[in-house]
Amino acid sequence: MSSVGIKGYSYCLNHTPELGLHYGSTPFVEREAKGESDFLKSLPRYIQTYEQAAGYAPNQAYIGGIDYEAFEGAKTPWIENYLTNAQRYGRYGEIMPEDEFLGLMAICDVFDLIWLEKSFADEVKTKLSKDPVMNESIVARLKGVHELAEIETEVKDKKGRPLYYGGKIVGCVRNGHEIDDCLFAYVLMENLACKAGGVLALLHLLKNSGTKPEEIDFVIECSEEGAGDMNQRAGGNFAKAVAEIAGCVNASGCDIRGFCAGPVNALISGASQVAAGARKNCVVLAGGAVPKLYMNSRDHVKKGLPALEDCLGNFAVLLVPDDGTNPVIRLDALGKHSVGAGAAPQAVASALIYEPLSAQNLSFGDVDKYAAELQIPEITLPAGAGDVPHANIKMTAALAVMKKALEKSEMDGFIKKHGVIGFAHTQGHIPSGVPFIGVACDHIKAGTMKRVMIIGKGSLFLARLTNLADGASFLIEPSGGASDASKAGASRPGTPAAVSKEDVKSMILEALSEIVGKLS
Amino acid sequence: MDLQNQQRIKDAAEKFGSDCIVILGSSDAEGAEIYAETVSNGDPTYAGPLAGVPLGLPVYHVFDQTIRDECDPAAWEEQISMMEMVLDPEALAAAVKGIRDQFSKNVL
Repeated sequence: MSSVGIKGYSYCLNHTPELGLHYGSTPFVEREAKGESDFLKSLPRYIQTYEQAAGYAPNQAYIGGIDYEAFEGAKTPWIENYLTNAQRYGRYGEIMPEDEFLGLMAICDVFDLIWLEKSFADEVKTKLSKDPVMNESIVARLKGVHELAEIETEVKDKKGRPLYYGGKIVGCVRNGHEIDDCLFAYVLMENLACKAGGVLALLHLLKNSGTKPEEIDFVIECSEEGAGDMNQRAGGNFAKAVAEIAGCVNASGCDIRGFCAGPVNALISGASQVAAGARKNCVVLAGGAVPKLYMNSRDHVKKGLPALEDCLGNFAVLLVPDDGTNPVIRLDALGKHSVGAGAAPQAVASALIYEPLSAQNLSFGDVDKYAAELQIPEITLPAGAGDVPHANIKMTAALAVMKKALEKSEMDGFIKKHGVIGFAHTQGHIPSGVPFIGVACDHIKAGTMKRVMIIGKGSLFLARLTNLADGASFLIEPSGGASDASKAGASRPGTPAAVSKEDVKSMILEALSEIVGKLS
Repeated sequence: MDLQNQQRIKDAAEKFGSDCIVILGSSDAEGAEIYAETVSNGDPTYAGPLAGVPLGLPVYHVFDQTIRDECDPAAWEEQISMMEMVLDPEALAAAVKGIRDQFSKNVL
């Protein structure tokens, strides 16, 4: 069995309500089309403070501030039962406040695109230096400090986009090109926010896994953003740009895209490269998507509910050769949605869940948890999109009934036992199963779970290239012992595989018996 | 209903006239009602090409018995039976029927 160890993981949120109010696609398009409409005037009344966002149970579950079991037991509705004593930092990462995140975006800017007002920049520099994952060399990158008048001129006369904090302009993103819309200030802001989120996740990953930046060999970035210019619209490479800021000087990297299925495909790709010995290790990571902030806020405002889509989601996972000590991704039980599989939910579920299980003679009940599309239901339900993770496990249960692995009367029990409650923001690629990797690995290490399936599904039609459905899945399990690649010291191509003492003994015995045979 | 789909349905209705039937696969009743109203009485959100355009098209949910009877049982088993266990087929069919009874012409 080919398998790859999961050595570490991190999950962070960036609480960015003002980026959302101005640049979330729903408010942004409304403002461009209608000016300051009634909806836009109402929206600020429905946003959460940082303290509320930090005390929101799903957010704490995401950053590991509370255990998944505590989250399952948290009083609902979560929006009426904010957790008391919620902290900024959790076991997996942090919820970074907006002012510091703007500072981190400026840190990640190497093209003089982000200008921050001087006193604001000084304040965030001090705050950022207290973050346990920051160091002097990273904070020292915060440059581009300007007077407010200069920033205002950049916005008014040069098509820059203002950055707000506390309702005031504290900086701007400068326009990158007069004609090329790939380099307009909005796009550059979106990409720099995604890069900054990726950097934060990577820094937490290094801390969580006790890894030095220079030990990282390869980085794969799998967000849904596109960085490039009009000649190469989404040319990339976010991965190397993120690695550079985090000080991963020995790493190379590339980006993998696939809408919400991107992270699972990226993890499979990274794991395959590590298993083959092509990479010593591989980080798979992604930052968040500014346009998706307040994406469903029209429905939230209409129903008088808090507009909860105020956080960018980030994650990072470190893959290493399977040395027998870490939970592993199995590469012999991958769910693959083929071109000919069909787009019906039944066909997708069958390809991603039933087929990899049956190929390994496993049944539906052999998987402790199925993690697919983990959107927070309090965001999606008022928008008419239903409870997405619940719908997914219901489909899995129905599929199990169809395959005669479950009685129809047992469906409810199966759903309760094997489903996951959604705790991820509606950030496209972020909810697609990957937020549960941390919980799964913790439980596998503790011996309380033995197998978890991570499932990503992508809506390819959005790009107008194809109407095909998409998805991928993999299983996480305890290690069955060191893999061949690990025994060979994560062998590089051409390195001979290690031979055990037992192998040598049996070869000698074989040779001796051959000689004895010839003598007699 | 997104604006491109509204335009596609408007174009099809203009091309095929009363031969056109809309079959919905929506998973939630509220959404199904809005889609059904859009293609029969016009876009209730007044945002798309069907705003103020009452096409009067006959509209059915795929779980409606009339549609089900027209389907190949093997294809139904392969494509739809799983979702039948997941969703509430009667409620969805009834939600669309409610709108059809009010606004659709030339029903089956």
